[in-house]
Amino acid sequence: MATLEIKNLHAEVAVEDGEEILRGVDLEVKSGEIHALMGPNGSGKSTTAKIIAGHPAYEVTDGEILLHLGENEFGDDFEIPEDKRTWNLLELEPNERAALGIFLGFQYPAEIEGVTMTNFLRQALNAKLEEREELFEEAEGDDGEEEESGYDTSPMEGPADEGEVGVAEFQQLLKEKMELLDMDEKFAQRYLNAGFSGGEKKQNEVLQAAILEPSLAVLDEIDSGLDIDRLQDVSEGINALRDEQGTGILQITHYQRILDYVEPDVVHIMLDGQVVMEGGPELAVKLEDKGYDWVREQTYETA
Amino acid sequence: MSSEQDHLKETDTEARFEFKKEQKSSFQADKGLTEETIRVISEDKDEPEWMLQRRLRALKQFQKMPMPTDWPGQPDLSEVDVNQIIPYIRPDVETRGSVDDWTDLPDEIKDTFDKLGIPEAEKNALSGVGAQYESEVVYQNMQEQWEEKGVVFMNMDQAVQEHEDIVKEYFMTKCVPPSDNKFAALHGAIWSGGSFVYVPEDTTVDMPVQAYFRMNSEGMGQFEHTLIVAEKGSEVHYIEGCSAPKYSAFNLHSGGVEVFVGEDAHVQYSTVQNWSKNTYNLNTKRAIVEKGGRMEWISGSMGSKATMLYPASILKGRGASDNHITIAFAGEGQNIDTGAKVYHNAPETKSTIESKSISKDGGRTNYRGLVHIADGAHDSSTAVECDALMFDNESTSDTMPYMEINESRVDVAHEATVGKIGDEDIFYLQSRGLDDDDAKQMIVSGFIEPITEELPIEYAVELNRLVELEMEGSLG
Repeated sequence: MATLEIKNLHAEVAVEDGEEILRGVDLEVKSGEIHALMGPNGSGKSTTAKIIAGHPAYEVTDGEILLHLGENEFGDDFEIPEDKRTWNLLELEPNERAALGIFLGFQYPAEIEGVTMTNFLRQALNAKLEEREELFEEAEGDDGEEEESGYDTSPMEGPADEGEVGVAEFQQLLKEKMELLDMDEKFAQRYLNAGFSGGEKKQNEVLQAAILEPSLAVLDEIDSGLDIDRLQDVSEGINALRDEQGTGILQITHYQRILDYVEPDVVHIMLDGQVVMEGGPELAVKLEDKGYDWVREQTYETA
Repeated sequence: MSSEQDHLKETDTEARFEFKKEQKSSFQADKGLTEETIRVISEDKDEPEWMLQRRLRALKQFQKMPMPTDWPGQPDLSEVDVNQIIPYIRPDVETRGSVDDWTDLPDEIKDTFDKLGIPEAEKNALSGVGAQYESEVVYQNMQEQWEEKGVVFMNMDQAVQEHEDIVKEYFMTKCVPPSDNKFAALHGAIWSGGSFVYVPEDTTVDMPVQAYFRMNSEGMGQFEHTLIVAEKGSEVHYIEGCSAPKYSAFNLHSGGVEVFVGEDAHVQYSTVQNWSKNTYNLNTKRAIVEKGGRMEWISGSMGSKATMLYPASILKGRGASDNHITIAFAGEGQNIDTGAKVYHNAPETKSTIESKSISKDGGRTNYRGLVHIADGAHDSSTAVECDALMFDNESTSDTMPYMEINESRVDVAHEATVGKIGDEDIFYLQSRGLDDDDAKQMIVSGFIEPITEELPIEYAVELNRLVELEMEGSLG
């Protein structure tokens, strides 16, 4: 059981005199929950998502992002000592955050030519596991990382090291997850997102989350550009993340549409860099009906 | 292991110094390039008179020709001192078989071997111990397999003795004459070692012909010559080996490659090279392609201080075709000037050039290419694609594609992209758990994938490893 806790987050674009985008965001997501984060364009939703994952383009000027981990967050044979159950994400690199169970599903995923999905995902999974070991080893006061001598695995699917997921094992895992998402087997040998349709890219983001098994997944407009069939596939995948892996979901969206399939426990509405309203699924329906002007009026009347 | 390395470090400077002294004493000819030194080389090799005469003519040409200095963006060659060349050659031959050779290798190369995990036996081969033996084994296997079919694969020096007629006909006569450029002339004068491949008519050599560590086994391999003759309807894939960098303290490499692609024959020449950072790598590689023949050049150029290399194909017969895939990597202080040349001298000829370069830490890569379509080479087509990837704002990459089109019924395409490694791409991979270095490495190995996929797996792995080491900056 993990909890992502965002407190009074202020951030600006990381350039001199950068524009302030977040003006005190408060948000809490627990594993196993589905949250929707809604708001008009420019309200700071995507920025929030990127900052959670550690994007270098933003500078956090105030507030904190904490990740609280349960004792058995990474399985029964990986007991997390009590003093290492809370992490300040802002002090960590993006890959370290990933190792602790944070996942960001991108609205516009990068296209990496020449790197097959299989190679990429296996390497990512192994990197995550290794980084996790290191984070907790260091915390336990071990010697830290050992000096690597030479080259151990080849970038072309070499043999797995101890503790790594090997090629055969990984292929089985990938196959299962792809079946779950109703993805064509051919995906495995295609280059990462290169030449993928919009829908395929979104499906691929969910597949990655399924492979990497994050505690908390932030999905940035995963519903944009999806036709109805694909929307259903993707939604099923998201529900499976929650139901089968207990992943907590922070679903960023403009539309009620996806929430018909992925029913949120909580809906947060952002306006001008702050979360200004929270409620149950009915809030999204109301929003669909009345638009953001209604939120704006409410917000600034009470303010 | 570590104590050995310490020892190597301590003795490195001294070893190099002694190495130089040895050269002087072992070579009694005049310093620099003289007729006398050429005669000694030729006599050493027990060469026929005609070869000596060719060497001497090449020497005259070399002495007459000016250094290339005024190409736009050309690497600086002012440090290349031809008077130092000859004294650098002999000692390696003299000390062949001496275990101490290993210590003469620059640290960065020894480290590379360690990092690449090159087996001890191969290290020894490189250092001179058993090189001859190891090489013989390689060549011998090849011979057994194809001898019956009349395929010849042997050391070039040996070929001069055993296949004199063929060598006499093709060696630096029609393809790369010494008059071609100053370094071809130099090569013609002092060439040594290399590979000779002959494939008879309608013979397909269905596994790649590979040459490993050739140059070191021959010692004077800094000026190795590769001659490939593929007769009508034959097919061969030659790989110039390089599970490793293959030179020692020398600072000039000037190889020559000549390929004759007969009618409807198909030759693929692949090479993955990694030079030490003090090497000037100035080569001439050329193929003549007859009617319906197909030539493929696949090359990865790593290391060196400066490289000037433009493999060329002359599409001589109707329907001949050419395919170039090259990759260059330049780090700090390096200038890799490479590209391709294709002469469309007949109708319906076809060429594709795919050039990829990576530069980091102020490194400089140039693509310098020439596509010439002769008057009368109608219905020919060419497509050139150059992609440059840069790591930082200090690195540079220039594209200099020359197109000389003297025929109107042709199809010509050129495309160039230059990009900095994208922060968004790196962030994407990082968010999936890869650290910054691994993310960059993954992007680069994807970038060079079109080349690695053309190579046999062990070379592909090798190339990837070399790139990784370059990326870590641990090669020098």
